[in-house]
This record gives sequence, C-alpha cells and structure tokens, in this order.
Amino acid sequence: MTQSTDSSEKIPFWRDDRVWRILIQIAVLGLVLLIGSILVGNMFRNLAQLGRQFNFSFLQNQAGFNIGETIVPYQTNDKYWWALVVGFLNTLRLILLGFVLATAIGVLAGIASFSDNWLLKKLNWVYVEVVRNIPLLLQLFFWIFVVFYGLASQKSPADPPTSLLGAGYINKTGLYIPWPGSGVGDLLALLGLVVGAIAAFLVWRWRMKLMETAGALGKTQQWMLIGLAIAGLLVFLFGLGWQMPVVGDGNSVAGGLRISLEYAAVLAGLSFYTGAFIAEIVRAGIQSVSKGQWEAARALGLHTGLAMQLVVLPQALRVIIPSLNSQYQNLAKNSTLALAIGYPDFFSTFQTTQNQTGRAVEMILILMAVYLLVNLVITTVMNQFNQAVQLKER
Amino acid sequence: MTTSFPPASTSRPPLAQIGPVAWVRKNLFNSWFNSILTILLGLILGNTLVSFVRWAFSLAQWQVIPANLPLYFVGRFPASEYWRIWVLVALLAALAGQTWGILAKTAPRLFSRPVLIGLAIAALIAVIFPTPLPYRLLIIGIEVLVAASAWFGWQMASKVPSFGKWLAIAWAIALPIALWLLLGGFGLRPVNINDWGGMLLTVFVSVVSILLSFPLGILLALGRQSTLPVIRWLSTAYIEVVRGLPLLSILFFASVMVPLFIPSNIRLNLVMRAIIGLTLFTAAYLAETIRGGLQSIPRGQTEASRALGLSTPLTLGLVVLPQALKVSIPAIVGLFISLLQDTTLLLIIGLFELLGISRSILANPQFIGRYAEAYLFIGLIFWVLCYAMSWGSRRLEQSLNTTH
Repeated sequence: MTQSTDSSEKIPFWRDDRVWRILIQIAVLGLVLLIGSILVGNMFRNLAQLGRQFNFSFLQNQAGFNIGETIVPYQTNDKYWWALVVGFLNTLRLILLGFVLATAIGVLAGIASFSDNWLLKKLNWVYVEVVRNIPLLLQLFFWIFVVFYGLASQKSPADPPTSLLGAGYINKTGLYIPWPGSGVGDLLALLGLVVGAIAAFLVWRWRMKLMETAGALGKTQQWMLIGLAIAGLLVFLFGLGWQMPVVGDGNSVAGGLRISLEYAAVLAGLSFYTGAFIAEIVRAGIQSVSKGQWEAARALGLHTGLAMQLVVLPQALRVIIPSLNSQYQNLAKNSTLALAIGYPDFFSTFQTTQNQTGRAVEMILILMAVYLLVNLVITTVMNQFNQAVQLKER
Repeated sequence: MTTSFPPASTSRPPLAQIGPVAWVRKNLFNSWFNSILTILLGLILGNTLVSFVRWAFSLAQWQVIPANLPLYFVGRFPASEYWRIWVLVALLAALAGQTWGILAKTAPRLFSRPVLIGLAIAALIAVIFPTPLPYRLLIIGIEVLVAASAWFGWQMASKVPSFGKWLAIAWAIALPIALWLLLGGFGLRPVNINDWGGMLLTVFVSVVSILLSFPLGILLALGRQSTLPVIRWLSTAYIEVVRGLPLLSILFFASVMVPLFIPSNIRLNLVMRAIIGLTLFTAAYLAETIRGGLQSIPRGQTEASRALGLSTPLTLGLVVLPQALKVSIPAIVGLFISLLQDTTLLLIIGLFELLGISRSILANPQFIGRYAEAYLFIGLIFWVLCYAMSWGSRRLEQSLNTTH
C-alpha cells in the first residue's frame, strides 16, 4: 500500500524551494537588465537624435577655458583631459588640508566638551549645534560673502589692505600670509627639520622601550629630546628665511604666500563643518571608555595626560576611527560645493567641460570613477589605520 | 552616657561654599589654567557680542527681510492664492498637534516647561515681526490651533485606543489634499510648479523625496539582507555606488542624464528631476538606516513567526518590518534633517529654494551687499527647523522605547 520513494522525487519542482530561489534571482536580474536596456536604448536613441556619438576622443580637444588658480602650469589652449587633471589637483589640495584642519578642530572641540570650564563647554555646545543644524552651502556663502569679502573690502580704494594681527594682509586679490623662502639654504633647513623630526621620533621610541622593558627613567633620552626640540624651534624660526608680506606702492601686497579668498573660504567652511561632526565622534569615543579605566590608570599613578595618552585614547580610537572614515568621505564629497563659491575644483572643471562639449554620458562616467576612486583610497587608508588600533586578540 | 551632638547650626552656610560666588569659583576659576581660559574666552565673547550688537543696530539694514517675506516663504506663488497656503498650514498644524498629543500620552504633563517656553517665544516672534497685522493674527491663530489639537489628541489618546490609527489615515488623506491646494485644478486656479520657491519648495521637495524613497529604500535594505546572492549584490552595489558619490553629481545626473533616459517626447520639469535625484540619493541612505533597524530585531522574532506558519513575505511585512521601522524612526528623522539641509544644493541646478531665492533677492540692486542680514535670517530658519526636529526625535526615541 505505502510507497516509499525518495522524498526529493515526490516534490514537484514548482514546490521546491531551491528552484524558486534560482527562479527569483533570474527574474530580478532579468527585470533589472530589462529596465537598464530600455533606459540605455532610450539614451542612445536620444543621443542619435541630437547627433552625438559615444567616445572619449573629445578629451584630446583644446579646452579653451581659463582656470582661476592652479598648482601646475595650465594654459587655455591645453587639452580637456589636462584641465580635468588640474581641477583634480585643486580638489586634492582642498581635501588634504581639509582633513588636517577638520581633525584638529574636531579633536580640540571634542576634548573641550570634557572641560570643567563652564564657559568653554557652553561655547563648544553652541559651535557644534549651530554648525550641524545649518546647511553647509549656506555656511560656505557666509564664509565667502560675509567673512572673507567683508574683511577684504575697503571703504575707499586708497585705504591700505586689512591687516591680520600684523602677520598678514587681506585684500580683494587674496589672503597673504608669511611663508618660508625658496633659497637653497631654506630648503636645506627644511630638510634638517624633517631629519630632526624623524630622529626625535626614534629617540622617543627608544626611550619608551627602555622605560617599558628595563624600567629605566630615560633621563638622557629626555634631555636629547629637549635639545632636539630647542634646535628645531630655532631652525624653524630663523633658518627658513620667512618671507613677510609687505604693502607696496598702490596698496598692493607683495611677498609671503597668496591664498585666494575662494580657497580660504571653502577650506574654512569645510573644516569647521566637518570639525563639528568629528567633535561629536571624539566625544562619543572618549565617553565609550568606561570610567573604571580612568580610575585604574589614576590609581596606578599616571597623571591625567598620561592616563589619556596611554589608557583612554588607544581604547577610544577603536570607536573613533571607523566613524572618522565616513566623515573624511563626506568632506571629500562635500568639497564639490566649492563650485558654488567659484573655487575651480574638479567638479567645477568637470561642469565647464560638460557644458562646452555636451558629452554628458562620458563625463558622468569619469565623474563617478573619480569620486568612487577617491572614496576607495580614503577607506583603504583608514582601514589600514583601523587595523593598527583594533584590539589585538589571540 | 550623654552624647553631645554639635549644636544645630541655624546660620546660613558661608557664601564661599554655596551660591553664585562658589559656582563661579567651581566652574570658571578652579585652576590657574581655567582662570586664564575663562578670561580669554570672556574677552573674545564680549568683544564679538558688542560688535555684533553695534552692527545689528546701526550698520545692518534689515529691510531686506520684511520687504521680501513672501518671496522667502513661497517664492512667486500668486498672491491671490495665498489663502490656500494658510489653509494647508492650518490643516498640517491640526494634524501635527494631535500627533504630538498622542505621542506624549505617557508624559505626565502635555505642556512641560520647555514646550511652554518654545510656544511663548514663537508667539513673541509672531507679535513683534514686522508683517501686516492679519498675518500676525494668523500665525498666532495657528499656534493656538497646534496647542488646542495637541490637547485634544492627548485627551482622545487615553479615551479612544484606535485614535492613532484614524490619525494615520488622516495623514494619508492630507497628502493628496496638500497637493490639490498647492497645484490647483479641480475647481482651484492651477499654479505652475515653476513659480514655487523659498521655504515652500524646500519643504515640499524634501518631504516628497523622503516619502518616495521609502519603497526603494525598504526594498534595498531587504535586498542587502537577502540570502539570494544576485539580489544581495545588486542592492549592495546600488547602495555603495550612490553613497560614494557627491549629491551634486547625482543632481547633475538627474538634471542632465534623466532627460536622456526617457523617451524624448516626455518633458520633465526641473522640480521633478530634482525630486528624482534626491529620491535616488536618499533611498541608498534610507536603506542603510533601515538595515540598522533590521539587524536590531532578534532572530527569534523571525523564527517564531515562521513557527506560526507565516510565509517569508508575511513574516517580513507583519513581524520584522514594523519593528525595524519603529526602531529606526530617530535615525530616519536625522536623515530627513540632512535631506532638508541638502535641498540648498538645488540652487546650483537653478531652483529657487530658500537659499536660491535669497541669492536672487541679493542680486536685486536695492538689496545688494546685504549678505549678512539675509544669510543670518535663513540660517535662523534652518537652525530652528533642524534643531526642533532633532529635539523632537530625541523625545520620540524616549516615548517609543517600549522595552522593559
């Protein structure tokens, strides 16, 4: 009466879960491909109607537009691809310095939120809440139109440029700050500073190792470090041949380094904006270290600074680094807003190129590739850094 | 065996241990470093405040704001149809008030002190703001409406348990009514969407974009969690590519590429293209937010519902998603706040939202150079909106927390 056949034969294929899993995937893939092919088909039809082809040869044509500020030589009769490279270098100049400034601001503000000074804590709260609740673009407009153009504007053309605490000047042509000279002696001094910094780092490592393994006090090494620091400070102040900006005839400013107002505004806006987010990350990171860690470190006789450096910070960094990664990516992405201020970053040269050539499809592919690559590089670097600070487990 | 207690002191403690002097000493001057810091910060702060007040009362010309108030709020929406905006605002105020009342049903008091202070400040601004008298009365009327419907909702929530469900349906009905009031048609004079501007456009674009991004965002979040590799790869690829690109490039894509993707006989206006761009962008972020919520639901929930015999779609729809969405509401509010801020980027593709309209006002020779006044005003609007929402979402997080 009973038939004992293999159970897999009994199940018809339309009730077999495994078949359905494959069928659903094929169906979804087919749907996506269908929609994609309709869209791309439309695109080629529309492009054909407009009389355009799809290729990248236009990058070899003459750009013919001007780029306000460059760090590599560029002329208007250079090729489009070179214009894009120049714009990309401007973006790099913006985001790399932005990372440094935003981190500095963020770490300072994050630590300030633990201060026992009521005024500092409240000011810090105001900074974070104001910056995070106002759109970045509005902040950038504020920096350029109110702060920098406001500082640079003179009541009459005969007035001298605005002085910045005596160390620099600002006028319509830009912001002038002191900058090291470029003579052979100055470069040698700079090289000396770099070598000295490496030497100081090695001495510090040596001292830490001695202190940890031999329990030595490391007094000799401490004196060496102090000597290096004094020598470094002297070289920094007098060896680099600082060029001070001076007001010449006709109220023009010469000497020092000229920074365009647009660059200064975008850099300030991005750094303060990202800095507020980093401050919150740093605050959360330090809060995540339990109070017992502090107390244990203090009980072992470490003073506040050492407890922070040796006990709390290494643990806080594990929480901080992954979130920092996304803030750096946001900074890189937000740097495209430089377009609205008039700083010629990659997106701005991209848009000019697109407007002139009308090659929307090719250009959007280049754009996607560039920003995805930038984010990939940031993530890779931060992941390396992350692995270095993560908990070492067996 | 007499124990002598110290005599009970009736004199007040010395001023150096309690009171303002002690507070100042403890919080501002407790070490030499803090003293220097306090003095330095105090000097900077005082200097800034004095020069700001001097600027605000002598140099600044605030005329740029009251003279253009309609532009800031509704752009070039026809003046004869302003009543429709007021009706819409009143409708939304009534619904929002009742929702607030329901959410606060567990609170001991509906009108707590911060709420009363907020209402008072809003009323004060409405009274002193230099607008025609009818507008001031309308603003105060709307505030009273919010407070009254909040009280109504609070009362109803305890009496009628299903009140929340009815309110959700009312919200769903309010949406088409809002569109009808704004766009016209069906008996109302049609208004061209290109005439919208200012805050109306900012709020409309962000609300519509987040609503439209929900279906795609939920699908992507589920897809990324799926055990089917093809679906998982496709969802992950979409989410990661969109999250890796700047919003500006997506808006550029929407304004330049979308017209190429659709048949050439269909024309989309700029507002629609902007909404498409923002929706595609927000969906990727929303997916990650919802994924966070999905991951917080314990496996036992899925297993229990499978054991009850629910199929996978029913398990997702009835058990997992409602819980996951509820958990991620605060994060979704955060996403909406950043979306609201991101709508300022629409000025770059040529729309006159709040920041864009102020740019065009500042280009008017009459108001040239009045950047600080106009930007401070818009900054204040954005700040109040965003701060109120994040405060509300923190409160919501507390009231939604049903774990015991």
